[in-house]
Amino acid sequence: MKASVIKGVLVGSTLGVALGVGAFTFGYAKGWSYLTNNPAACANCHIMNEQYDAWHKGSHRSVATCNDCHTPHSLIPKYLVKAENGFWHSFYFTTGLHPDPIQAREVSVRIAEKNCRRCHAEVVDQIDSRAVHGRELDCIRCHRDVGHPNR
Amino acid sequence: MKPTETPSEAEPPQRRRLRSVGLFIGTVVAAAVVAVGGLALLMNVMERKEEGRNPFFRVVELTDDTEDPSIWGKNFPLQYDDYLKTSDQSRTRFGGSEALPKTPSEADPRSIVAQSRLEEDERLKRMWAGYAFSTDFREDRGHAYMLDDQTYTERQQVSKQPGTCLHCHASVYVAYRKAGDGDLIKGFEAMNQKTFADARKEVTHPVACIDCHDSETLALRITRPGFLEGIRALKAHQGIADYDVNRDATRQEMRSYVCAQCHVEYYFKGTEKRLVYPWANGVKVEEILAYYDEVKHKDWVHAETGAPALKAQHPEFELWSQGIHARSGVACADCHMPYKRVGAHKISDHHVRSPLLNVQKACQTCHHWPEEELKGRAVAIQDRTFRMRNLAMDALMDLVDDLSAARAAGVSTNDPSLLMGQDYQRKAQFYLDFIEAENSMGFHAPQESVRILGESIDFSRKGQNAMRTLVTPKSVAAVP
Repeated sequence: MKASVIKGVLVGSTLGVALGVGAFTFGYAKGWSYLTNNPAACANCHIMNEQYDAWHKGSHRSVATCNDCHTPHSLIPKYLVKAENGFWHSFYFTTGLHPDPIQAREVSVRIAEKNCRRCHAEVVDQIDSRAVHGRELDCIRCHRDVGHPNR
Repeated sequence: MKPTETPSEAEPPQRRRLRSVGLFIGTVVAAAVVAVGGLALLMNVMERKEEGRNPFFRVVELTDDTEDPSIWGKNFPLQYDDYLKTSDQSRTRFGGSEALPKTPSEADPRSIVAQSRLEEDERLKRMWAGYAFSTDFREDRGHAYMLDDQTYTERQQVSKQPGTCLHCHASVYVAYRKAGDGDLIKGFEAMNQKTFADARKEVTHPVACIDCHDSETLALRITRPGFLEGIRALKAHQGIADYDVNRDATRQEMRSYVCAQCHVEYYFKGTEKRLVYPWANGVKVEEILAYYDEVKHKDWVHAETGAPALKAQHPEFELWSQGIHARSGVACADCHMPYKRVGAHKISDHHVRSPLLNVQKACQTCHHWPEEELKGRAVAIQDRTFRMRNLAMDALMDLVDDLSAARAAGVSTNDPSLLMGQDYQRKAQFYLDFIEAENSMGFHAPQESVRILGESIDFSRKGQNAMRTLVTPKSVAAVP
């Protein structure tokens, strides 16, 4: 047999095995579900069970799902954030290197804060009109139980 | 032809072969790495999914007579592992115990004990003069040591301790039911009246699973007669008749009540040495003192002053009841046995310990501040309380000095001023001990703690004042 054929078979099967294992793992881990808005997807990993359970009891369950508060609203930033979060969530969950109770990163807190203000703009504007610019109040400092009261 | 003929020209095919072998090996290694990575991830996902299934294996049958916690541990290994960790000895600023080496003796085979509180503060000895606590009083160790530390304390040698002590120093539920032919209360009464040594033979374990859990449902359950009767009296005082804690308490209440089975103020009533929690007037310090005054109870007569004194005993439940955490519905277990994650299981941490040793889980679930900040808050409360406790202790020593001086001067034992001084000592000492013996250095209810210590100082000074016609008050001039 010609060397180039052997080479082709080798490289091809290597790529094929990698692709196959990757695709199977993706499917087995319900990778596609992360492209949706379904809150159940966020609790695919049991680490979010508490938040997911608590969201069902929270005041926002009928008006907001996970993505409404935790991702930006325009299409491209939303999937960029999903991809970035997805990577770190998988990384920390797989390695177990996260704090417990888990904590939000600064960037995630800012996204949630923006989303509070997006829906509640009318009320928030009135509060902010009194604040010194740059020192507006954090919504979740007082209202941190609205999403998923974890207590 | 050149004589230095041409390895360089003969080489290319060799090198080419070498290169393709290298490429081949490289590809195999790369492919192997990818495969290992992919499969490792796949296995990890699988394991995590498996974790998420929450399996429970009942490998042994538990009954209401299964006392040995290691048998329960077969069904509940996660909880049992943590339970065993209560043998840890780690310090916090004001609590916890250092493991001090000790030469075992016939009377006391322990090779490790906790530090002596009497050596840390000599004033304690004087406060308890004439009472067994003035001979041996050490920092508490974890639950694992409760039975040994009570069995071998020197207090056993200087006074006759009753079987009642075991109510809270051993797993007694099964032993009580055995001693009472199935009747818990009858067994309790029978064991109270035995000597400590005799009753000690009936028990084996320190606090165990069965002391807080129903063996069938695993629900929390009160097994201690002292608390069953005490909480009933307290609820009756609050206007709730016929309170049965195992029937009427909520689950969240039970997460404090199971601890309050023992972490409370108590006394031994009458010659039958019945354990009683003095809550018929309420659980505040003045309500408890009023109860003791009504039933004319004294724990001992103070050796130096003749005052009918009281010893407060770890009133954690009572003090916590007056604090903001209790008011907010936070139970003992929320901070001392916080929920933790083991795989996908959410379990209560059965390594019962100071929240200061586990701030992340104990505090940060509710308080979203950095660990150092939260510790700082707790320590600030404790430092303030400790300062007040020392002032109260000094004030009490002054009163004891005055009373001793009056007695030495031959003042009649019926002298109304002396009697008043002695009564103030009883009050001041009980109030001070209420915070001193309590195991949070004020944290369980900060304002209540300094209020109690403030009143203690007031009682001591009033006592001195009442006797100023008999003796010159001690150290009044020394106050800066």
